[in-house]
Amino acid sequence: MYIRDTIAAVSTPPGNGGIGIVRVSGSQAADIGDAVFKPLCNGGLISHRFYFGSVRDYLSGEVVDEAMAVLMRAPRSYTREDVLEIHCHGGMLVVERVLSLCLRSGARLAEPGEFTRRAFLNGRIDLVQAEAVMDIIGSQTEAALRLAQNQREGALSQRIDEARSLLLHALALVEAYIDFPEEDLGATDTAAISSDISSARTILTKLLTGFEDGRILREGISVLIIGKPNAGKSSLLNRLLNENRAIVTHIPGTTRDIIEETVNLGGLAVRLLDSAGIRHTDDVVELEGINRALEKIPLADLVLFVLDAARPFEAEDRLILNSLSGSRVILVRNKSDLPVILELPTETDATKCVAISTHTGLGVDELKETVRSTFLHEAAIDSRDFVAISRARHRDALVTADAVLDRFESGLAANLELELLSVDLRDALAAVGSVTGQATSDDVLDLIFSSFCIGK
Amino acid sequence: MINYDFQYDVIVVGAGHAGCEAALAAARMGCSTLLLTINLDAIALMSCNPAIGGLAKGHLVKEIDALGGEMAKNIDATGIQFRVLNTRKGPAVRASRAQADKQLYRLRMKRVLEHQENLHVKQGEVTALSIDGGELRGVETRSGISFLGKTVVITTGTFMRGLIHIGLNNYPGGRAGDLPSVGLSDQLGKLGFNVGRLKTGTPARLDSRTIDFSRLEAQFGDDPPVPFSFSTERISMPQVPCHIAYTNPRSHEIIRSGLDRSPLYAGIIEGIGPRYCPSIEDKVVRFPDKDRHQTFIEPEGLDTVEVYPSGMSTSLPIDVQIVFYRSMVGLERVEIMRPAYAIEYDYIDPIQLHASLETKLIRNLYHAGQINGTSGYEEAAGQGIMAGINAALRVKGLEPLVLSRSESYIGVMIDDLVTQGTKEPYRMFTSRAEYRLLLREDNADLRLREKGHAIGLVSEHDYAAYLRKKEMIAAEYARVAATRLVMDESQQQFLIKRGLSDIQKGTSLEQLLRRPDISYSDLAEFDHVSRETPQTVLEQVQIQLKYQGYIDRQLDQIERSAKLENTSMPADLDYLAVNGLTTEVREKLSRNRPDTLGQASRIPGVTPAAISVLSIAIKAHAGRSAAEESQ
Repeated sequence: MYIRDTIAAVSTPPGNGGIGIVRVSGSQAADIGDAVFKPLCNGGLISHRFYFGSVRDYLSGEVVDEAMAVLMRAPRSYTREDVLEIHCHGGMLVVERVLSLCLRSGARLAEPGEFTRRAFLNGRIDLVQAEAVMDIIGSQTEAALRLAQNQREGALSQRIDEARSLLLHALALVEAYIDFPEEDLGATDTAAISSDISSARTILTKLLTGFEDGRILREGISVLIIGKPNAGKSSLLNRLLNENRAIVTHIPGTTRDIIEETVNLGGLAVRLLDSAGIRHTDDVVELEGINRALEKIPLADLVLFVLDAARPFEAEDRLILNSLSGSRVILVRNKSDLPVILELPTETDATKCVAISTHTGLGVDELKETVRSTFLHEAAIDSRDFVAISRARHRDALVTADAVLDRFESGLAANLELELLSVDLRDALAAVGSVTGQATSDDVLDLIFSSFCIGK
Repeated sequence: MINYDFQYDVIVVGAGHAGCEAALAAARMGCSTLLLTINLDAIALMSCNPAIGGLAKGHLVKEIDALGGEMAKNIDATGIQFRVLNTRKGPAVRASRAQADKQLYRLRMKRVLEHQENLHVKQGEVTALSIDGGELRGVETRSGISFLGKTVVITTGTFMRGLIHIGLNNYPGGRAGDLPSVGLSDQLGKLGFNVGRLKTGTPARLDSRTIDFSRLEAQFGDDPPVPFSFSTERISMPQVPCHIAYTNPRSHEIIRSGLDRSPLYAGIIEGIGPRYCPSIEDKVVRFPDKDRHQTFIEPEGLDTVEVYPSGMSTSLPIDVQIVFYRSMVGLERVEIMRPAYAIEYDYIDPIQLHASLETKLIRNLYHAGQINGTSGYEEAAGQGIMAGINAALRVKGLEPLVLSRSESYIGVMIDDLVTQGTKEPYRMFTSRAEYRLLLREDNADLRLREKGHAIGLVSEHDYAAYLRKKEMIAAEYARVAATRLVMDESQQQFLIKRGLSDIQKGTSLEQLLRRPDISYSDLAEFDHVSRETPQTVLEQVQIQLKYQGYIDRQLDQIERSAKLENTSMPADLDYLAVNGLTTEVREKLSRNRPDTLGQASRIPGVTPAAISVLSIAIKAHAGRSAAEESQ
């Protein structure tokens, strides 16, 4: 349910930061600004000017914080409503107090994604752009940010429009033969129709291939490092982390024993999973520890199976290898600087394999590149010109469209009646159009906007 | 002004294809009805081509028939060539078309009107509506009589401020040989209606004695001719062929040489013409690469030498016309009997109508036909019957009958008109119907007979026949589902002959009919029952089985859109005060004032986002109204 009252929320990420921004949108935004913010120079807030002043509790008169504020009058604002932003010092308590003052002055707390929803409903941005906004907020790396910005600029909308106009053109051809049998049109131009459809499908296929890349750019991948004790797992972890110390973040994992380390491998966000349990049992051969590591395999997008090149393929290696069927695996032959003893079983011939030395750093770059190229296609590596769908909803719509077009093509080849072919074509158009919001409904909108975090 | 001493329930202004259906519907529903026309000898006159039907138009005619209208019966009685188009395509886009004997068509309709109970037919030009304190009282005529009516249906065709163009000559006329209607559109404009200007045209009528038919390809109708009406048993008129001729590069040169005297290209004509029915000069200019254009030489009747060259309308001067028509092979000596001309006329923006065709500005006033910006006899008749029905329902104090987009082409057409308006003469196409597979000619009766019967338009005799057919379809459907192959000798032979050895004993006839290459006519080889069942019944079962997957998909779509279609917009909703709509959408909605959310969603520029805002505004409005009432 969507009501046009005035909403407010903290629009910077939760936690303590340099500054915290409270944003207010709606018809009462200016009044709330007057109530809670006192500019240093007297007088009201003029639209699109940044003022220095203070936030005061208007009941007690107490100064809550020194702050900057800007009022953006409709429609020149993100939501196309009157928008007030108060930039205060970033302590959690301060920001919370400023927000509660706004709420006491007549705003209500915004629902997740509500600012963007308003921007969409007011025609400020289209559906694809609205979804991309959330991706900008959540982007972990610059490449993902570029992808998100690309989408916001309407690059995806443009590709979708291209596909749409091809389909419309094909539909026009089909309809002409249906509605004008008396005209001197000649035989049905199936060649032109199928050329339109195959061009449209090429676009859809490209977008769909990009989906996986897009998802990976946005969400990153999880990588499990596994191997028998002393193979060099921890050294590998450290190698990967050392090189990227500046951008490592520490996020407590969901399992107490698992620590997630996030590292940026040339634009790809990689969460390295390492079992604390395994590290603990590094010194002692303990089957229990390996078993606990094995349980993590299904959670990982990629498994780095670390082998000791200076030792033979042993029972523990076999145990691990047997557990890897169905997973994406890269074999890492560590200690390649030492004389090689390891012989891999023939069943691993088709598996990607990189020789490294955590001791000398040999092969570590190659390993990183292999990880990256395993997940990203060429185009995605420099994603400035790369248009991808990165939402499951987009993917589903395009998969539907592609499936319907597949049926259309076989129908066309089998000389199915044109009016039946037309039904497929219209369904495909509706599916493609739903990506940019041309055939959407309240339910779809609710679904999209409930997955948004607060604010931009 | 002399007051005629009787108050009619329904007054219909104009006796063209819309007016005739409107008057008959109202009278048949028991309303005292007056039909006024400028010329009693021009009732149901085919001002342009002497034909009824065609793609989507045939569909409209069958729907009019299913509702209890006259058009199908009239063409069945006076048609001189019947053809079903698109027979090689699926059933949904097959359509009937017939050449009419123009004079017989008009005379038969006049006779039907004259014998209709509750109906007075009178000659008179309506110059104004009588409006008293904002309420419609009736109409005033040029001869000085005013008639009282509870409701009025205006069907003026091309007559309102009609202006005929032949070359750079132009003169007022409603149609060649008839006076225009002057005054009415001025009054409508003053009342707040948006008056626009459209243009259409018609080819010359040629003397068939001066055409060498031996050099033209003849095109015959179907044998036996298939009637339009669900009530017609057989066609008894003699059947005649059309002939196909072509223009050539020299014809196009002639056209180009006359363009400087074309009112279209000289900028004299301001009305917008139909893109789907361009004049020959338009075709030549817009498609310079095409070295020939086709024309069907259609007979105007059995008892006349006049013929109609379709697609060859023009507003070029008469001297160019003569040379042009004579440039075609077979037409070298042709004599023009009536020149081609273009005509401009006033129409009223149809977004000012409810879906019942009642105007939003003046209660009890209905518009139907070309006044709403449409083109074509069938489109006119489809609106005419609905306007007549709804005027009659108003007189009886009943709710209007509005057909939906999912049940009829009539519904599609009226919805298009009232939600989107039209900038060019609106013609029906099957591609306008999103549920095309369901809106077939063959099932028009299954879609609309019951509605026609419920309002009293369909006779008990016709309705009983319809119910029998419906029962037979249900019985046949059950039979093919229950009847299984026993693999007797005739069945075995049939399967071997058709290369269907994979079919097992116990397979039902239904399963067999679902195979793409098997039809009822194949089954007849061993299935005695289907041999004795009427074709119209087998046809329904077969279509249902063959297209079930697609039909189910469309039914599913209808269900999903039902919520929007069934949500009415509050009449007092102030769109300018609805937050969250763009100014453009607010203005469009205020101007259009849609009756339902479904209608609103089809107004161009109204986005899905705007619809979700509106649906909330409606709920909020309902909440407010309830709160106000309880206070």
